[in-house]
Amino acid sequence: MTPDLPTRPVKPASSSRQGILLGLAVLLVIVFSLAPVLWQILTSLKVNEDISQLPNIYFPSRYTLEHYTEILHRRPFVNYLFNSSLVAIVSTLLCLGIGSPAAYALARLHLPGEQIILAVVLIVTLFPYILLFLGLLEIVQALHLANNYLALIIPYTAINLPLTILVMRSFFQQLPKDLEDAAKIDGYNTLQLVWQIVLPTTIPALVTTGILAFIFAWNEFIFALTFITRESMKTIPVAAAQIGGSTVFEIPYGPIAAATVLGTLPLVLLVLFFQRKIIQGLTAGAVKG
Amino acid sequence: MFKANTLHDREQRTGWLFVAPALILLLIVFAYPIGRAFWLSLLTKNLGTNLKPVFTGVGNYSRMMGDGRFWQSLGNTAFFTAIAVTVELILGMGVALVLNQSFRGRGLARTIAILPWALPTALIGLSWTWIFNDQYGVFNDILMRLHLIEVPANWLGEPTLALLATIAADIWKTTSFVAILLLAGLQSIPQDLYEAHAMDGASPWQSFRQITLPLLMPQILIAVLFRFAQSFGVFDLIKVMTEGGPAGATEMVSLYIYATVMRYLDFGYGAALVVVTFLVLIVGVAIAALLLAKFRTRISGD
Repeated sequence: MTPDLPTRPVKPASSSRQGILLGLAVLLVIVFSLAPVLWQILTSLKVNEDISQLPNIYFPSRYTLEHYTEILHRRPFVNYLFNSSLVAIVSTLLCLGIGSPAAYALARLHLPGEQIILAVVLIVTLFPYILLFLGLLEIVQALHLANNYLALIIPYTAINLPLTILVMRSFFQQLPKDLEDAAKIDGYNTLQLVWQIVLPTTIPALVTTGILAFIFAWNEFIFALTFITRESMKTIPVAAAQIGGSTVFEIPYGPIAAATVLGTLPLVLLVLFFQRKIIQGLTAGAVKG
Repeated sequence: MFKANTLHDREQRTGWLFVAPALILLLIVFAYPIGRAFWLSLLTKNLGTNLKPVFTGVGNYSRMMGDGRFWQSLGNTAFFTAIAVTVELILGMGVALVLNQSFRGRGLARTIAILPWALPTALIGLSWTWIFNDQYGVFNDILMRLHLIEVPANWLGEPTLALLATIAADIWKTTSFVAILLLAGLQSIPQDLYEAHAMDGASPWQSFRQITLPLLMPQILIAVLFRFAQSFGVFDLIKVMTEGGPAGATEMVSLYIYATVMRYLDFGYGAALVVVTFLVLIVGVAIAALLLAKFRTRISGD
């Protein structure tokens, strides 16, 4: 990762006390953000006796991978990872494929009623999914889509459309129009224009939007909980939440911790590599809209 | 004869072609379920009884009036939302102010600070359930080492504590979202404003009150708008941490809707609950949007 270049000239700290205060504040932010995750990672690597040791052990003398081997070998967590990846990737691609043309039309083609469409898209981003699941459940039942990946792919595509449209539209608006005008004079029709001229310049914005859509799809819970009941087709968040022991008294804390670490790992990697893109996309989607 | 096929017409047709798939999908996944809920809420339809749906008008709504469990869940949701959004706003502002300073490793600090937002809420719920575990939980352990409590508290087993624990988890999860939005706003405030103000002898606190807060108001309102809507529909976290217990102390409207539909198979009443939640949300959003429009015109006005 490249260090951030200061966007404005760095003012020399007027006193070292201020520097120390800032350092403490930064440390506080980092501890606040990381501590729960680190505790879960530590739990996933502890042996069972250490997990249930009182007072808690913060620096164990032995580490183990047994909880990971348990969820990967004795439980179908490879399956769950595959399901989550499949559903998230397919819905993200669909969303970009459907959302970007719409965003382009709303940015460039002066459609009558585009203000209304945009307002609807904005309001829709605010709907909690609990308001949708009853109606969607009826559709899923009527079309016999229960335990079918489409029951997740279609809603996930839709819930990411508003964000895609808003982010991509603000991108298209910043794109210089000269290129497109020149192409029009050369006789390109709108479809050729978008496919051959606009699309290649769009890749960075598509990546930004795609990352956000992937995150939302990977994290979705209520539809996955309701529309998929077959064990082999569950996604990671639902499967992890449903790990239980044979009795209430033997909750498998180790495997649960390992499952949460495994399920969050892809997202941690995304954040590590694309931090700036994520921030850009989120602010473009929320603020400029 | 047909009208001449002008460039403009062709462009418009392509435009609608581009927009149509997205609009159709949004209609199916967003508009249909909400519209359907309005209609279903007027019926008595219970999959558990095998009876044919009967039109009962406002029957479901009058039942809701006397339904103590509904009012309790609405109260819980309002309390949860009010506390969570307020604390997130204050903490998020603090985080944004820190991350807006210049220091070495700022990029890494920002990366770490957005991590909680990116992680799956259901899995985060599992982490916090473990942290608040009454026997082996690290939260009790820390409190006891600091001698703040003598015996371990049953965080998820006592009504008030459980509500506070779920709020704490929600605050951890979404403070970073607020911070990202506010940070973007902070970066757009020109630095010379502060320098001029400091030369006039203003303290940092005065600068914050007189420059930062007013100029940041649009971002603050957007953050509140988003967080209000999300928090009012909070589901994943509660479902995983407490399932609405103990004794309904953390049951939010969303969990009541889910139980009504999935456990009691009462689609008609569930739909009525959906409609009421939707209307409450719309009113809240409208108020925030009005405030936002007011601030925007005020800022661009002078």
